[in-house]
Amino acid sequence: MHESAVIILLASVVAGATPILLATLGETITEKAGLINLSLDGSILLSAMTAFVIAYSTDNILLGFVCAALVGSVIAGIIAFFSVYLHQSQVAVGFVLTLMTRDLAYFIGSSYSRLQGPQVSPLALPFLQDIPFFGMIFFHHNLPVYFSLCMIFGIWWFIYRTPQGLRMRSVGENPHASFARGINPRKIQMLYATCGGLLVGLAGASFSLCIKPGWGQPQGAEGTGWIALALVIFGGWHPVKAAIGAYLFSFLQVMSIYFQGWVPSMPAQVFQVAPFPLMIFTLVLIYLVQKESVMKWAQDKPFVRSVLRALSGAAPSALGKSYQQD
Amino acid sequence: MHLELRDIHKYFGRVRANNGINLTVEPGRIHGILGENGAGKSTLMKILAGYIQKTRGSILIDNSVIDYNTPDQAARHGIGMLYQDPLDYPVLTVLDNFMLGQMSGVRNKKSAFRERLKTLAETFRFNLHPDTPVAMLTIGERQQLEIMRLLSIGIKVLILDEPTTGISTMQKETLFSSLRKLASEGESVILVSHKLEDVEALCDTVTVLRQGQVTGLMDTPFETTSLLRMMFGTPPEPPGKIGVEPGNIVLSMANVSALGGRTGLSDVSIEVRQGEVVGLAGLEGSGQDVFLRIASGLIKPFRGSFEIQGQVMNHKDYHACSDAGVAFMPASRLEEGLIRGLSITEHFALKQKQQGFLVNWKNAFRKAESRIDTFNVIGRPESTVESLSGGNQQRLLLSFLPQNPALLLLENPTRGLDMESVRWVWDHLHTYCEKKTSIIFSSSELDEIVMVADRVLVFFEGRVVKDVRTDETCTMELGRAIAGRV
Amino acid sequence: MKTAGTSSVTVWQYLIDSLVMLLVVFAFTTFVLFLVGAPPFAAYYYIFKGALGSWIKFSHVIKAWIPLTLCSCGLLYTFRIGLWNIGVEGQVMMGAVLTTYVLRLGTHHSSPAGFLMLAFCAGILGGALWALLAGYLKTRGGVHEIFAGLGMNFVAQGIILWLIFGPWKRAGIASMSGTEVFPTQLWLPHIPTLRISPAGLILAVAAIVITALMLRYTKIGLSLKAIGNNQNAAYLFGLKPGRYMLLAMIFAGGFAGLAGSIQVSGVYHRLLPSISSNYGYLALLVVMLSNYNVWIAPAVAFFFACLNVGSIQLPMVLQLDSALSGVIQGILVLATLAVQGLRILRKDAT
Repeated sequence: MHESAVIILLASVVAGATPILLATLGETITEKAGLINLSLDGSILLSAMTAFVIAYSTDNILLGFVCAALVGSVIAGIIAFFSVYLHQSQVAVGFVLTLMTRDLAYFIGSSYSRLQGPQVSPLALPFLQDIPFFGMIFFHHNLPVYFSLCMIFGIWWFIYRTPQGLRMRSVGENPHASFARGINPRKIQMLYATCGGLLVGLAGASFSLCIKPGWGQPQGAEGTGWIALALVIFGGWHPVKAAIGAYLFSFLQVMSIYFQGWVPSMPAQVFQVAPFPLMIFTLVLIYLVQKESVMKWAQDKPFVRSVLRALSGAAPSALGKSYQQD
Repeated sequence: MHLELRDIHKYFGRVRANNGINLTVEPGRIHGILGENGAGKSTLMKILAGYIQKTRGSILIDNSVIDYNTPDQAARHGIGMLYQDPLDYPVLTVLDNFMLGQMSGVRNKKSAFRERLKTLAETFRFNLHPDTPVAMLTIGERQQLEIMRLLSIGIKVLILDEPTTGISTMQKETLFSSLRKLASEGESVILVSHKLEDVEALCDTVTVLRQGQVTGLMDTPFETTSLLRMMFGTPPEPPGKIGVEPGNIVLSMANVSALGGRTGLSDVSIEVRQGEVVGLAGLEGSGQDVFLRIASGLIKPFRGSFEIQGQVMNHKDYHACSDAGVAFMPASRLEEGLIRGLSITEHFALKQKQQGFLVNWKNAFRKAESRIDTFNVIGRPESTVESLSGGNQQRLLLSFLPQNPALLLLENPTRGLDMESVRWVWDHLHTYCEKKTSIIFSSSELDEIVMVADRVLVFFEGRVVKDVRTDETCTMELGRAIAGRV
Repeated sequence: MKTAGTSSVTVWQYLIDSLVMLLVVFAFTTFVLFLVGAPPFAAYYYIFKGALGSWIKFSHVIKAWIPLTLCSCGLLYTFRIGLWNIGVEGQVMMGAVLTTYVLRLGTHHSSPAGFLMLAFCAGILGGALWALLAGYLKTRGGVHEIFAGLGMNFVAQGIILWLIFGPWKRAGIASMSGTEVFPTQLWLPHIPTLRISPAGLILAVAAIVITALMLRYTKIGLSLKAIGNNQNAAYLFGLKPGRYMLLAMIFAGGFAGLAGSIQVSGVYHRLLPSISSNYGYLALLVVMLSNYNVWIAPAVAFFFACLNVGSIQLPMVLQLDSALSGVIQGILVLATLAVQGLRILRKDAT
């Protein structure tokens, strides 16, 4: 392949990964604090619609992003509220919301279908874009893309290098211990679930105002939320690893377009559904690797064994459990 | 800091866990709270430390009444508690665990905390490195970390709830010397225990609780018989041995090694005969649990072979062992032994062996009624198991055991039971011996093992370090073996 | 699989709670209608009329009720053992696929009744196998049933699209309206004016009764409950959780596949992309709203079917999207969960 073709390919991978990257990072925060936001798929749709409708009606793209972020945080906040204060199952509430927000999106957005709306304008960064090879790949996009790139580092820094991040992690691991130390698990879970939802809202906005501009039924973002949930697991609840997963996924999506061109006889549906068996396959792989062979290899190395157990991308210990103050 | 608890009452529904308790703790003294399981010690301390609310009464510091609702608020008044199983974060490092709860503001002053941790560790001669994940520490080390953390946030009254379960003798000595040091510097220490020897060794004063009330107060030097009378009323009759002639070999293990628990099991070879009562001694998590679970088929050994009544059972699972005549009773009642949300009748319905598609509800109900009667369970057939008290849950678990197993494997069968119930449990279990059943049980009470078992196996770090008849050894010798000094 | 809060409540409290809940649902829906500038009472009126306004409309409701009830009955098994069988949607689809396959074979044969019965068996088999696959992914592959189920839903949808646009496409132009319509002898027999198939109705009612009996009187039912409440303890009681999980999935998939069969042979008489019509996902909501009770579920299913069928009118009369029914159904379940939670809070406070 020509170098320019490779550059175009990689650039589109970076751009296309933006929504799923933002959603995955947002969900990583939410889950690190101990909550599962199963409504991602519907959330993204609802915030995409909101962003488009607001931006279209007010001709203000920034407002569209802001409102989408608000929608995303409210939905996540509802799940958090039901879990923290009403002690209802996060999975149940999240599932109901994923259906309901999708239907809300289709219902409210139906009159805005297939309209031509505002899009984010491209913004090439002045000096950085001239770096050979990498310049064109990373710095010839627009603000949302740059924002998502910064977020990878920002979220990592927050989780692992700040006292607030440490406090958040403590709640996700052992809320009872945090309570005993004067940290309020309820407030923390509400706060960070909402923050995670904020990023999810931005992911939706970046769909309808940037990557797949416009609104329709279907919009094209359907299924992204589920992939993001799987990517959090794939990344072992670590933002950088999850980001790598997001870029890998975007790469596969871009490649599938090329494959379709090379193998026209294969039905289009294969490429459309391919992410999902792949996701299942990856999850199986993660499970099997953590099981037998690795444990067998580490059997007479107790140090290694306990390190592996303690540190290997394990889910936050209190993930999904509703914290009850006894 | 002079601490006083005045007329503390705590009711859980109709149960009076604390019924008018008065307690005064002087600064610079080590105050013991002694009492049997269920006497109300834990409840009282949880109230003091802010984990639960008192129903009535007041708490005074330096003669002024104080009020608080959460452990954090209690800590601000200088009162802190060390749990038997410390509330910490296994995935995070020692330093992170230390810092959490003390940080404020936006910037990360990690280096300051590192220094503070180092200083405290040196003062007490605790050997802890800041970057180790807490999951890799022993319980004793986790306690040490928690003590340092509590001191760092300014605790003046340190409460320790049964701290010596699950730590080695050496760690116990380190703990005791650090507590003495704290007392000499003006701190108050409250030690809650049911172990006489710990209290007698360490404390200056002892308050004895029984059934929610204070039954006595004593200063050092202590008189054991008086303390016992205050704890129990009339001293209970200990259960004895039954002494059945051992028959054929029921269980044999040859060079068995397995993974599991904290230590796994390394190279164990044992033979157990019909009618024998074998006690497994050792610190919790030294391999006794793994041993029992291998014998029941829950854990498969990766080396060595083991047989039940001559049949090789290495690769067989729990259900196969169960068919071969092995009965297993787990320690955690509600996590593994009983099913929350199901009634007693439903449990018996589950145990119905006869073939068929339908459940014979009438049969199950009748069985439930008769077993409740025989085993003195306070409950009705339709009661859900979580509504029963701990002691009754234990009796229910025992009623599930089959009538004629070849081998009974019991994890901590008398944990959390009062003396009367312990006596009743062993009377019942001895009827199995008369039927030539072998019993292997684990216990953290050395006295129980010495009194009831014919033979004792001492576990240390996953190995059997001592295998001896109980009438050929004594508690001190076994205690040494448990600590690793054979 | 019950969420916390199934405590005993007085009848009075229950009525007040239900009233508050309905008020919340009403307020929220009205607010949403206001957002799009639609007249709320007109919307409610048209939904009601669209569902119960005539016998024909009512027959549509029954046609929706049947598959919804079948799926709900199946889900009761998986919920009881603690599984979130989100893959039910795909199980309906695969039941429909296998049914279509068999019916296509029988297009020129002589015994249509025989082929119909065979097709139904194929449908049950299709749904059951699809569910079994998701079950294996969970028990052997460690994949949570939500992910496995979802992934397989998308795959099933892809398979249907491929069949409709590929091997099974209509002569001439392949289109989104599905495969060739079956000859009338392969249609499920129905009452002429009402267009309801008695077979479908009987099967749905049978499903309810069978499920009620299974869950209450059989060892399977008790074992599912035991494993669902405490897997470890159930194992020590001699049960094999993995086996029962697969069994529960087979039941759920079988019922779902049967629903798919009825959709193909009794409702649409062909295979089309939206053959499952979201009934699988909706059944999950139905069961949640019925508090996992086999006698309440059909009533809730009826209500949901009314909403679905009624809201079909909305695009035509009010230029609104029919997704409003989904919004109402969602807020209903959410309000129920909220009430449950408030009940616990109330109980704790006393």
